[in-house]
Amino acid sequence: MFEFDKSQQQIQKAVKAFAKGEFDKEQIQEFEKNREYPIQIWKKAAELGFIGIHYPEQFSGANLGIFENVIVAEELCRKDSSMGITITMAGYASECILRFGSDELKSKYLPKIAEGESLSGGAFIEPDSNSDLCRIFTTAVKKGDSWVINGKKTFVLNGSSADFYIVLCQTDPNASIPINGTSLILVDAKTDGLSTADQGTKLGTNMMSMTDLKFENVKVPVTNLIGEEGKGYDNVQKFFTESRILFAAQAIGTAQGAYERALEYIKGREQFNRPIAAFQSVRHKIADMCIKIESAKLLTYESAQRFDNGKLDPKFSALTKIAATNAAMEVTNEAVQLLGGYGYMTEYEIEHFYRDAKVLQIREGNFTVLKDIIANTTIGKLK
Amino acid sequence: MDILRYTEQHNDFRQRLRNFLAEEVKPYSDQWEKDHIVPREIWNKMGKNGFLCTSVSKEYGGLGGDFLYSAIVCEEMAATGQTGLAAPLHSDVVVPYLDEYGSVELKKKYLPGCVSGEVVTAVAMTEPGAGSDLSSLQTTAIEDGDEVVISGSKTFISNGILCDIVIVAAKDPAVQDPYQALSLYVVEAGTPGFDKGKQLEKMGWHSQDTAELFFNNCRIPKTNLLGEKGYGFLMLMGKLQQERLVCSMGALYGAEVCLKQIVAYCKTKKDGTGKPLSKSQAVQFALVEMAADIKIGRTFVDKLIADHIEKKDIKTETSMAKFWTTEMTNRVLGKSLEIMGEDGMVEANLIPRGWRDARVTSIFAGTNEIMKFIISKLMQL
Repeated sequence: MFEFDKSQQQIQKAVKAFAKGEFDKEQIQEFEKNREYPIQIWKKAAELGFIGIHYPEQFSGANLGIFENVIVAEELCRKDSSMGITITMAGYASECILRFGSDELKSKYLPKIAEGESLSGGAFIEPDSNSDLCRIFTTAVKKGDSWVINGKKTFVLNGSSADFYIVLCQTDPNASIPINGTSLILVDAKTDGLSTADQGTKLGTNMMSMTDLKFENVKVPVTNLIGEEGKGYDNVQKFFTESRILFAAQAIGTAQGAYERALEYIKGREQFNRPIAAFQSVRHKIADMCIKIESAKLLTYESAQRFDNGKLDPKFSALTKIAATNAAMEVTNEAVQLLGGYGYMTEYEIEHFYRDAKVLQIREGNFTVLKDIIANTTIGKLK
Repeated sequence: MDILRYTEQHNDFRQRLRNFLAEEVKPYSDQWEKDHIVPREIWNKMGKNGFLCTSVSKEYGGLGGDFLYSAIVCEEMAATGQTGLAAPLHSDVVVPYLDEYGSVELKKKYLPGCVSGEVVTAVAMTEPGAGSDLSSLQTTAIEDGDEVVISGSKTFISNGILCDIVIVAAKDPAVQDPYQALSLYVVEAGTPGFDKGKQLEKMGWHSQDTAELFFNNCRIPKTNLLGEKGYGFLMLMGKLQQERLVCSMGALYGAEVCLKQIVAYCKTKKDGTGKPLSKSQAVQFALVEMAADIKIGRTFVDKLIADHIEKKDIKTETSMAKFWTTEMTNRVLGKSLEIMGEDGMVEANLIPRGWRDARVTSIFAGTNEIMKFIISKLMQL
């Protein structure tokens, strides 16, 4: 049973009011069309404390948990999936610094995220590897006081607007198990030798950029190492365990937003001399949507609570991500259908909720990767 | 035994069309998607080469071919990655109204142009307030001497911008029964009082010029009536078998194109251990399920094409095929994106576009809910 406490209720109310006041349908569609980052809205969200709410106060956060972060993400995406996802992802991967980084890195980078001065990007996947990150070709070699990085990354969200990236590098090419030779390194976007290349239009959330990164003898201080050397892969997996909850939160907000729009539409749309909401098949679609949304919400809140209590395992996080994003996909799909031709039209918004739901479903662990995690944890690896 | 018996002529036709599309359409489809329209001349090129309205008789410049030619065009168009050059819509959905119900004068006037590509067609049924329920159409057609005055708005009209003639469903307000009030009229683009609205922005079909159409005291000759006055609803119903079949074919062929692409992708894309994705059992089973879905769909649709050619009444079956194949194609495209993971987000890959395009198929030409409603009536439930 999840009952929001007073402070959580207040956060929810505040985010709702913010989204209502700041998210403008036409403007959002312009941002999407022009692939333009919503700078003002992002800054305002930060100003109100909605970014980095889970950071300690000394780093400009509110010292709250991932549960509160989930509330923020859900409410933002409920009002608009594209804008909600974009703002939720403003500090993407900064949790790697928060959870594993040195105090120096935390004080230098986290406040900038929380205050809306910087965006961050996670540079994990490579063009020549899969999203399971088992093979990393980007190398970082220690030379004096610097790491020298060479390689390529892809699918970097905020790629062209981020001020820094969290980069997964192979730091020990001789490690007997390759993933045990990986490390996370922070790279400032303005560092020499680092270049970005836009990956073009994507299926959804186009106001947020996605790029390839190329590292050519990129030099950063050794102190930019995040966490322990050799723990890169492990720490990224830990980060994914946390971030997948946030994907689930975006998914339930997206589902809820599409559901509410469809519900309003079917009550007003008349065909055959009655509102289409009077037809049993339509009513049962609504019932199915409720079942999916409520189940996904419970899992998402449970995951968040477990995380905040230090008890979240990768299995539960993975199954939550699958369940919530599948729910979002199914709910937005029905919402499109309920609106008929209007559901397919940009003006009626639901079509982009549907596209955004697909992106949430397929990134940061598609079904094969996530089900492997669940099965490996449940059954163990067998030959 | 093959369900569909293609002759050498059919096969030659397919090869010519395939060559044509490879040269004139496929290289430009990305650009057309960006332009949100296809160049008007491509319709003329299609027509000039004999790929439009293959069923129209030779008398009007057509091929006088059977429905297998339509199947070939539909199948080959599915692989072009664009939807703006909607040849099956023009040739097999709209023009048949004119061909079957038009007077000799109307046919002489328009059919040769439909075949040659000089006349692009659209059909305007849907209105802002009337989608599934045709009895709630508001557009009026009032006779005034030798003319008919049409007033009202239509929406979601495919080929809405490029069309040269549009077949409009409108009602006589003097007739009480909403079904018996309905008639079909041919309205030429450029007729005073007929305005093409703005092109609608939508999830997919980006190269398709879907638009709103407005009629404001638009006067047309009375002779532009199709068939008899008051028979509009029956004529629409009469043509829906073929329309639903064409939708099913498009959905099926789209799924087949996707399967080819995703299988090729899975054989080359490697997982973290360096093995191709196609070696993962989860991926294998997903691909097998898709292939099975498609085989079942292919068998059913081919049978319906054969029955349709034999002029059998397959209203129930085509309605079933329409909802089943369109749900199937969405299933196949959706699962393909799930297999692709992050790659599925990148629009430069073709499958994401196919996924966006496929979504409308379970909505247009009668939503899938309407199909089930119709079938329940036909099953006397």
